[in-house]
Amino acid sequence: MTYIQLAYGDLILPALLVVMDGALSIVLRLKLERQLAIAALRMVLQLVLVGYVLTFLFAAVSPLWTALTAFIMVLFASREIVARQKRRLPGILSYGLGAGCTLLAAGTVTIFALLTELRPDPWYHPRYALPLLGMILGNTMTGISLGLDVLTNGLVRERAAVEACLALGGTRYQAVLPVIRDALRSGFMPIINSMAAIGLVSLPGMMTGQILAGVEPVDAAKYQLLIMFLIAGGTGLGTLAAVLGGAHLLTDHRHRLRLDRIAAESSV
Amino acid sequence: MLTVDALKRLHICVSFDLHDGECIALQGPSGAGKTLLLRSIADLDPNEGTVKLDGTLKEAMPAPVWRKRVTYLAAEPGWWSDTVQGHFNDWNDALPLVERLGLPPGCRSWSIQRLSTGEKQRLALARALMLRSRVLLLDEPTSALDAASTAIVESLIAERISNGTSIIWSTHDNAQARRVGSRVLVMSAVGVLGEDRS
Repeated sequence: MTYIQLAYGDLILPALLVVMDGALSIVLRLKLERQLAIAALRMVLQLVLVGYVLTFLFAAVSPLWTALTAFIMVLFASREIVARQKRRLPGILSYGLGAGCTLLAAGTVTIFALLTELRPDPWYHPRYALPLLGMILGNTMTGISLGLDVLTNGLVRERAAVEACLALGGTRYQAVLPVIRDALRSGFMPIINSMAAIGLVSLPGMMTGQILAGVEPVDAAKYQLLIMFLIAGGTGLGTLAAVLGGAHLLTDHRHRLRLDRIAAESSV
Repeated sequence: MLTVDALKRLHICVSFDLHDGECIALQGPSGAGKTLLLRSIADLDPNEGTVKLDGTLKEAMPAPVWRKRVTYLAAEPGWWSDTVQGHFNDWNDALPLVERLGLPPGCRSWSIQRLSTGEKQRLALARALMLRSRVLLLDEPTSALDAASTAIVESLIAERISNGTSIIWSTHDNAQARRVGSRVLVMSAVGVLGEDRS
């Protein structure tokens, strides 16, 4: 396998394209130049840092360091889930639910793939475990945050319907089932859409990467298929767990709807 | 008999008894807490104090069982299905009641969206009456109805009362309160109940 290596100097010319965007923003008074600069700077720092961190991890092949990195990734994912909610569960509940569900879903699916199909040696080898987890995590996170958002908004909007069912002796699960269905549907949509459009509209990043690194396109496609199946499984598991968990937290043991547990709408 | 003892929810704190086949008319200014009280008796909101039906605490039975016996009917009822029929377990059983409330049998396939406020109120009443609850907590059940429909609802409820059902009927209409209630309880702005003997 051969691939064309890049030196840092090779990036200067492409980086000018971002500078061009900035100039455009100044000329057209879009007021985006500050945001653009910060985002570009963050991207450079984060990616270079990740490159070095992964180099260290691949050399160490330590279960402890790998687990710690995976844990930090899950924490960032749950922070992202919370940030995307218009209506949030209060504090610890919100992070706990997000982190718990991403960890459960992405972790299970990643370990499943490592143990059954990829079988690297050792099975927790960071070269396989971390990129796999990252890709699954990113998509699971999207499903979970969409599902939770539709759940909380749906319960607020459909409050009268849910309470009518409760008042007539329905259990909390009967009462919130229509909203749960909506939430699960929304959570599943992105992965269904991307499965349908993949290859036609865009080549997925990982497949592109493998092709650039010299892998045969058909082999790269097989890898991509594996990833997509894993993502579909992870999204399903994670969204289900998060939406059911959210519905459980927003009702109580006396089968009451507890919208008072949703924190005030965030201004962000 | 429904026994309410020191029931607390936000600013309200009330005690009273409701006998079998009795109808209490509940009055008071908007915002006094009439809806809060009815919802708390049905255990739809967290509350303190004791509510018993024939000596059995509401906490002693699962909440859905309690609410099938002590049923709250909201002033603006909610709908979980798109059509009228989707809200009734057995449409044929409900049909006599629906027709008596002045709605045509064909309304089973109507979309909830096209119902008027008054039609919704009558259908919600029919839906709640199908449970044959021991206690009905009616929150302004005729607020959107004309005089004729109101009279039908009042006579329908009167029949249930004579069969032993107990009612708490919240209303802003003083004349209605005196017509339907064997007692009139007035909730003050500070959330305390007093009996109106005038």
